[in-house]
Amino acid sequence: MNGSSQRKLARLLMLFLMSFALWELLFWSLNFWVVLVGILLSFFVAIGIGPRLPAGIEKLFNPVRWLYLVIYIPYFFYYCVRANLDVAIRVIHPDVPIRPGIVKVHTSLESDLAKAFLANSITLTPGTLTIDIDGQDLYIHWINIQTDDYQKRCDEIVGRFEPLLRRIFE
Amino acid sequence: MLETIALWLFGIGLAFDVLGCIGLVRLPDVYNRAQASTKCVTLGTTMILVATGLFGVGGNWPLFIKSILCAVFLLMTAPVGAHAICRSAYVSGVKLADVSVEDAFTQRARTIRAEHRQRADEIEKNLREVEKSEEAEA
Amino acid sequence: MSPTFLEVAMYVLIFSSLLCLDRIGRGPTAPDRAIAIDTLGTIMIGFCCIMALWPTPTDSPSASPFMDYYMTVAIAWAIISFIGSLALAKYLEGRCYDA
Repeated sequence: MNGSSQRKLARLLMLFLMSFALWELLFWSLNFWVVLVGILLSFFVAIGIGPRLPAGIEKLFNPVRWLYLVIYIPYFFYYCVRANLDVAIRVIHPDVPIRPGIVKVHTSLESDLAKAFLANSITLTPGTLTIDIDGQDLYIHWINIQTDDYQKRCDEIVGRFEPLLRRIFE
Repeated sequence: MLETIALWLFGIGLAFDVLGCIGLVRLPDVYNRAQASTKCVTLGTTMILVATGLFGVGGNWPLFIKSILCAVFLLMTAPVGAHAICRSAYVSGVKLADVSVEDAFTQRARTIRAEHRQRADEIEKNLREVEKSEEAEA
Repeated sequence: MSPTFLEVAMYVLIFSSLLCLDRIGRGPTAPDRAIAIDTLGTIMIGFCCIMALWPTPTDSPSASPFMDYYMTVAIAWAIISFIGSLALAKYLEGRCYDA
């Protein structure tokens, strides 16, 4: 057995354990039939979607990365709540003070998983909504464009999350 | 104590939900509406879910676990849905509102449309070839 | 959990969903309606939360004071609403190329 297939097997086993854990959390029961059906279903799920997982998912099994993820969550929530207050004020203001437009920013993150998380974080934070990702370029709808400078825009939108996401996913 | 926190979270979540829906009605175009609705309604519903979960702490753990799982799932999927709808809106030709000051997506949208057209042409070509070969056989 | 609070919460959510319905009815373009439907789906999860916290009838055989099986409904609703909005987006993207 060579290294590649061993890694694949480890991946399948991890996926199996995760699906089974999810099943048990949802059912919250150790009844024989529940466990049996759970094992069968997790097995099929692992075989079915194991090969389709994005490359580099094994990196996530490293506990050091979980630590950064734990730091990332409150950091993200702070910006998320701030974004919501910002949008809420714009909505209830009688004049609806918006200055929208689609801007293009650049990210230095490489892996697909990191870019997906970055796009999701951008969508949930201050006045920005990811419309498309093309390689290293992100197209973002910004509800209130503040500056015309390209570098400042990148710092404003992407710079907040990039360092932490790079530590988590790359 | 926990119940007070949960009630506050529940109330703030409801307020965000209403504000998001007001934004959905008041803002001028699809993209701005998507901003208001995804941000405010997603965070509001997540808060409601977390509050619901807090009522289950100690005694009713399944309620807690299911709420947290649902909240995580919602936080991960809601932005994806909004992104997909906005992208398709732009590609299918919905224009930005008149107040917009910048539009950097025009070129990229053209590229996407060109790709679609090319794929459609290829399918058409293949179908024609199949028809021709069938005629030749008959 | 006091039933009064839950009732008020329910009226608030009903108001929100009426606003969504307004956008679904008026929305000048199809993506507007798609966004409003997506939002309505998210609000429905809020309804499920309220129903889950609603106190069970005193003569019910269930031991739990809450109807927590509504959370399962919420999870299923979240999944289906997500798939629905993705399908709508896919459909809209291929619909027209020149406008």
